[in-house]
Amino acid sequence: MAHKILIVDDEPNIVVSLEFLLKKEGFEVAAATDGEEALTQVAAFDPDLLLLDVMMPKKSGFEVCETLRADPRRADLLILMLTAKGRDTEVAKGLAIGADVYMTKPFSTKALVAKVKELLGIA
Amino acid sequence: MKRANHPARQRLAALGLLAIPLLTYPLIALPEGDLARIPLSYLYLFGIWAGLIVLAALVAERQGRK
Amino acid sequence: MFPGWLVALLAIAYLALLFAIARFGDARADNGRSIISANIYALSLAVYCTSWTFFGSVGSAAANGFFFLTIYLGPTMMLLGVGVIIKIIRISKTYRITSIADFIASRYGKSPLLAGLVTVIAVVGVIPYIALQLKAIAASVDVLLAGSEHAIRGLDSTFLIAVVLALFTLFFGARHLDAAERHEGMVVAIAFESVVKLMAFIAVGLFVTYGLFDGFSDLFARAAAHPELQRLLRHHPAGASRWAALLLLSGLAIILLPRQFQIIVVENVDEAHLKRAAWLFPLYLLLINIFVLPLAIGGLLHYDAHDINPETFVLALPLAHGAGALALLAFIGGLSAATGMVIVETIALSTMVCNDLAMPLLLRSPWLRAARRQNLFRLLLGIRRAAIGLILLLGYIYFRAAGEAYALVSIGLISFAAVAQFAPALFGGLYWKQGTRAGAVAGLAAGFAIWLYTLLLPSFAKSGWIGQGFVEQGLFGLSWLRAQALFGLTGLDEISHCLWWSLLANIACYVAVSLSAKPDVITAQQAERFVDIFRRDGRDADARLWRGKTSLGAVVDLLERFLGAVHAEQQLAAHARAGALRDWRELPADAAFVHFAETELAGAIGSASAKAMVASVVQEEELGLEEVLDILDEATQVRAYSRELEAKQRELEAATAELRAANDRLRELDLLKNDFISTVTHELRTPLTSIRALSEMLHADPDVEANDRQRFLAIIVHEAERLTRLINQVLDMAKLESGRAEWATGAVDIGEVAREAMDSLGQLFRDKGVALASEIPEHGPVVLADRDRLMQVTINLLSNAVKFAPDRDGRVRVTVGVEDGRARVAVADNGPGLTAAECGIVFEKFRQGGNTLTAKPQGTGLGLPISRQIVEYFGGNLWVESRPGAGACFIFTVPMPTPQQ
Repeated sequence: MAHKILIVDDEPNIVVSLEFLLKKEGFEVAAATDGEEALTQVAAFDPDLLLLDVMMPKKSGFEVCETLRADPRRADLLILMLTAKGRDTEVAKGLAIGADVYMTKPFSTKALVAKVKELLGIA
Repeated sequence: MKRANHPARQRLAALGLLAIPLLTYPLIALPEGDLARIPLSYLYLFGIWAGLIVLAALVAERQGRK
Repeated sequence: MFPGWLVALLAIAYLALLFAIARFGDARADNGRSIISANIYALSLAVYCTSWTFFGSVGSAAANGFFFLTIYLGPTMMLLGVGVIIKIIRISKTYRITSIADFIASRYGKSPLLAGLVTVIAVVGVIPYIALQLKAIAASVDVLLAGSEHAIRGLDSTFLIAVVLALFTLFFGARHLDAAERHEGMVVAIAFESVVKLMAFIAVGLFVTYGLFDGFSDLFARAAAHPELQRLLRHHPAGASRWAALLLLSGLAIILLPRQFQIIVVENVDEAHLKRAAWLFPLYLLLINIFVLPLAIGGLLHYDAHDINPETFVLALPLAHGAGALALLAFIGGLSAATGMVIVETIALSTMVCNDLAMPLLLRSPWLRAARRQNLFRLLLGIRRAAIGLILLLGYIYFRAAGEAYALVSIGLISFAAVAQFAPALFGGLYWKQGTRAGAVAGLAAGFAIWLYTLLLPSFAKSGWIGQGFVEQGLFGLSWLRAQALFGLTGLDEISHCLWWSLLANIACYVAVSLSAKPDVITAQQAERFVDIFRRDGRDADARLWRGKTSLGAVVDLLERFLGAVHAEQQLAAHARAGALRDWRELPADAAFVHFAETELAGAIGSASAKAMVASVVQEEELGLEEVLDILDEATQVRAYSRELEAKQRELEAATAELRAANDRLRELDLLKNDFISTVTHELRTPLTSIRALSEMLHADPDVEANDRQRFLAIIVHEAERLTRLINQVLDMAKLESGRAEWATGAVDIGEVAREAMDSLGQLFRDKGVALASEIPEHGPVVLADRDRLMQVTINLLSNAVKFAPDRDGRVRVTVGVEDGRARVAVADNGPGLTAAECGIVFEKFRQGGNTLTAKPQGTGLGLPISRQIVEYFGGNLWVESRPGAGACFIFTVPMPTPQQ
């Protein structure tokens, strides 16, 4: 059974590229374009892994991450944070509130795929 | 000891200066005739005097309470 | 009418009551619970109202009409000069000054000569005044006893009265010796007496005005009908100079009379009390004078034949109408007035005689030095008691010699004129640092001599004591030396004549002699201390002004000899405590200690004697005048420095605050710059992300479907454009900010620019379904500007509007017009609107409307800042008018050129 990945980003072009990349690797992929939609999609789609952008309308990636980490039913959910803000404080903050991995944009597609696979224990 | 500002003292001194022309010639010789048969010259002197005292009391006591 | 024993008993009983009150006041003071309040202080000042007031005013009014009032109006005016008196009080307290002689002597270098001179003038000048009191009591006793058998007729009743008063004063004022020369019990008794005499006088006034006559109107009406009385109620311009002279005289007397100085200055316990006295005492004077004229008129109407001395009206009128009890009350009132004056005056004079005449002589006598008597304290007390007796004796002698010839008022004025001689030295010394000892001596001597020649000696001549020649023909027959028409000055009454000549000579000598020589060291030092009393915190300089060697024992020995062992130890202990020492034996024998000892001694024996005594036990090193002035100057300068320092500190604080504000601003700017870079980075990374991901995928997998490949390439192109735009705007902003932008200025039709901008964005609006309306005149306003730049601004505003207009039912309206000589372009949308705070923020770089963390900024966030820079470059403004929920209207204006341009 294919792992399910939810992509959350408000930049449609980034969603397009990530969706294409991950589908090609054989994952089952869904997308959300803001924080609130992300939460409803998590409930509906029940992904194994979240690719989460930080700067988004309605709810930031940090808030989404905190909400999910507070939910015991989502204990197994993996979260990979993606952000264009590469400052150390942002990285530290993301990890502190429970992201598993933090990657800065722009990222290498190979590295991203490798990281996703590593998290899911496929490699 | 700073040389403090003493508005009350200055106002009292001003009253004292004001008293000089009011209570000397020629002003005191001005009132003539009488009021209720009491000479105006008598009323003038005591009236001005009383007025000065009332003003002095107002100045001195208002400051004194601060 | 009354038996003599009754009058005597009443008088003795009243004096006993006074004594009890005084003892009570003293006991309270000893327990540290002083009962001297501002009211009691003010009432005690009424010791000014003696029997001269009580009996004499009516006599004066009966003879001269309103003139009696000057004696009370003068003090009213003077007391309003509270500041001068507070200065005298402050100096006296600081330097333990206990009499007016001590004050003047102390100011002019603690001169024993000056102290003695002032004392002699005071004693000679005031003796007639004391005689006046004796005369008044004797006269009132005579009136009360007239026609009745009485036992004391055989004796000289006046002498008896003098003896009783002397004993009474001894009990009162010279029971013990106090360093501060304060007598709280006496002050309370005097205040009580003031109430008694006021009540008594008003009672008689009411009795006569409303009992014998039908009120004020009736009395004055009857007077008006009487040609001789009518004269009393009118002012006569001829009296102007006498009126002014008496005002001046009484105004000076209120502070210069030894008893007034004693009560106002020495007995003062709190400077603040003076403010109450400044109006309460004049009020007292007013009340005691209301019935004077009615009493005079009433008496003159009653005793038509002038067969009675008007000065006895106060007693005679009640007696004549059978009001015996009221007459006795009036007698007590008069007794109050007289005893109060005699007690305070003799105490004040005896202090002066003892400290300023007797002590300097004693200190010089080899007997005293040899004897080294331990108990000088008792000796001092003995001298004071003797002085009291002597003063009253002199008063009695004067009364016998001259009293019969003069009215009470004239005697009193002779005293006033004598003490007026103190005025130049005293007031000059308070405010004029150049005044010297020689000047003060010369002024006092000259004034006193003229007073003697023009006023006192003529009064003796009138009494037949000495020949009248110098009064009528002039000394040695020289007519310009006639005693009461000096240098041919006639047309003045004797008091004005004496006052003008004596004060002229006094002031002239004081000033001329003072200016002719430099003051000596100690006079200069005292001048600084007195004149600048409010300015300096003297202790420091005072201590440094003395240099010398002494031993603690010698000085303590001195204190014990003059103050008594018990009192000396109390004062020493207090001084030690002030210096945080447990035992006074640990006190260092330094300058501060010597200064303390001299001040303490000054309280007991006067400053001149104290200086001499201290000098006898220390080896003093003389300081030069320059040195003294330097030290005093320094004290003043240190204060000036500290004021300067305070100002500097305030400046520094202000500068620090400014720096802190600037620093905060810088830090904020730094933060903004950080944010700017971070934001620019973020804005760059976002398109790069898509570009990199997609190109990597296309590169890695050549087999991507043609469809997808096309779609990805389109995205890459689009994101690359976005990157380019961003970089251009950042550069544009940088150019504008650094002022290196290039401008192509020419005539621009703003309406046309707006239309063109709308056309170029038309597709965008149609795509989003936002309605675009406009209101643009056919030939729009023309301004001088860069066409492309204005286009840039307009397009920016339009693209913002379309971004924020709602997707459905969005409307944007462009209006172009002229307002106040400026072209005006407004772009209004019906979007979410901005809060007041956001209206400012949107013009900051990368600060867009909405929460920047959750609301993804649409656009670069540089459009509006750039637009504002452009508009302001052409002298215009760009702003937004908006409320949340009511859409936003961005407006810019550009000034239109004037026709000449």
